[in-house]
Amino acid sequence: MSTVEAQRPVLVGHGLRKAWSLVRQLPPTSSILLSLVIIGAVFAEQLAPHHPTEGELRMRTRPAAWVEGGSTTHLLGTDDQGRDILSRIIYGTRISLAVSLTAVLLAGTIGTAIGLIAGYKGGFVDALLMRLADIGLSMPLILIAVVVTAVTGASFRNVILVIGSLLWPRFARQIRGETLSIKENDYIALARVAGRSGTYIVWRHIFPNVVPSLLVVSTLQVAYVILVEGSLSFLGVGVPPPHPAWGLMIAEGRQLVWTAPWVAGFPGIAMGLTLLAMNMFGDWLRDKLDPKLRQV
Amino acid sequence: MQRYILGRVAQLVVSLLVVVTFVFLLSRLSGDPVLLMLDVRATEEEKQALRVHLGLDKPLPVQYAVYLAGMATGDFGRSVLSRRPVLEHIGERLPNTLMLGGVGILFSIAIGVPIGVYSAVKRGTALDHVARVFAVMGQAVPTFWLGIMLILVFGVWLGWLPPGGKSGPESFILPAITLGYFTGAAIMRLTRSSMLEVLGAEYVKFARIKGLHEQVVVWKHALKNATIPVLTFSVMLFVIFLGGAVVTETVFAWPGLGRLILEGINTRDYPIVQGGVMVFSAIYLLANLMVDILYSYFNPKIRYARPGG
Repeated sequence: MSTVEAQRPVLVGHGLRKAWSLVRQLPPTSSILLSLVIIGAVFAEQLAPHHPTEGELRMRTRPAAWVEGGSTTHLLGTDDQGRDILSRIIYGTRISLAVSLTAVLLAGTIGTAIGLIAGYKGGFVDALLMRLADIGLSMPLILIAVVVTAVTGASFRNVILVIGSLLWPRFARQIRGETLSIKENDYIALARVAGRSGTYIVWRHIFPNVVPSLLVVSTLQVAYVILVEGSLSFLGVGVPPPHPAWGLMIAEGRQLVWTAPWVAGFPGIAMGLTLLAMNMFGDWLRDKLDPKLRQV
Repeated sequence: MQRYILGRVAQLVVSLLVVVTFVFLLSRLSGDPVLLMLDVRATEEEKQALRVHLGLDKPLPVQYAVYLAGMATGDFGRSVLSRRPVLEHIGERLPNTLMLGGVGILFSIAIGVPIGVYSAVKRGTALDHVARVFAVMGQAVPTFWLGIMLILVFGVWLGWLPPGGKSGPESFILPAITLGYFTGAAIMRLTRSSMLEVLGAEYVKFARIKGLHEQVVVWKHALKNATIPVLTFSVMLFVIFLGGAVVTETVFAWPGLGRLILEGINTRDYPIVQGGVMVFSAIYLLANLMVDILYSYFNPKIRYARPGG
């Protein structure tokens, strides 16, 4: 009893040190940027100085604070409806993250399930599922998404469903490949000899081994989905107004590029930095977890 | 190889059929086009007459069969708004999309290859670092935003180039830069890595020992072998450009196929949408097929990596 008591602080210290050494290995630029994005999304209400969708008409199209005519109450200026651009960008991180994470979760779940089944079963099932994946991969994704969301109506749910259901082959291909090589291991053969069911083997022995590459593919796909959602919103078939989606803000700012270029400028910078951080983080994670994945 | 290509062609046909069926079902779900085509004061008889005329009174499977037969023979019907054949509309717009894609590819190669070569030769120098930052940025900047910012700088502030639309050769510059930056950055990365590989090869060392001029070694001996992956990738660029065509064409008010489809969506001109998506997807799938064949030609491993292929 006393030894356990004595050991506890050491263990906690060890855990903290381990966590700190992990944190220190993180790539600084992308980690800081990503933390900002996540903090912005979670604490949007607390951080945003103004309401994201209600503007003051007498404060219309004010430039950023450091430009002549700007004021410190609206650091990044306002749009043509007097809405604070900084606040809209902060709330926009929430939309970008919510849409991309949900869509990637959806695509990742379908893709992983299909990849595991195809890789483990092999034969006809594999051929059929992979042909389906090939067909999915060869489609012009943005065009199809535009047509579908235009017809079904622009809404959060439709954007997520469309992107999620078009993206699964990217996961399925990767996971299938991994499953094929994991399947060759001796412990899988042993588990079979021991009478374990296919479901048990896939879930307990194969799935845990594909998690690292699943994480890598997911990170890179989150960046891609942010870009696709941005494109859809920009075209007016993504997240509907007055939501402060970055793509939508850029589209609105496009009409004002002659008189108020900052309206389109700042959301684009926010989006570019987020994508940059996400890609850098994904690359780092890939090198860290699995150098084999370099071609993804 | 033949078997592989045949399999891929069969897959293309299936893919196209999936797209066509999908678009057909969607356009039938999107509301009654008759209401859009007629005046609000039109009587029920007039509406019914138009439905019969358009074949919309028949059961869905029959409509689908008629539609498929039309697609197969290249008859996409007439635009609801202009009453002109859809094929005419597509014929006007498609060359603009293809031309812009071509100029974009040339631009990507023109910036990507030289910068990639220099970056590899001057590895680790400041120039290399600048080039790599440029490449990383290219992967992150949203194209539609870059387009707007280019319009702002060169169209609005400097007034050097037209801010949109298709006029003379100068109207290609901004859209081509917008399209080409993302892919130029990718080409740069690819050229850099394959040049680094080739520059370490024995025959390059030998060429140096022979006393050949360094410029000749780099640009003739090394680059020649580093271009194979880059050339294959150039076809892929075309696929990427087509994929983003809807967005770029909207930013620059470019009269291309992507914009035609988007206009069709906004005006619920569904024959335009159907025909446009069909032609667009066919070209996209064909270009994709070419990429796969080129890749499998240069890298036979790919052919055997597929199940049952």
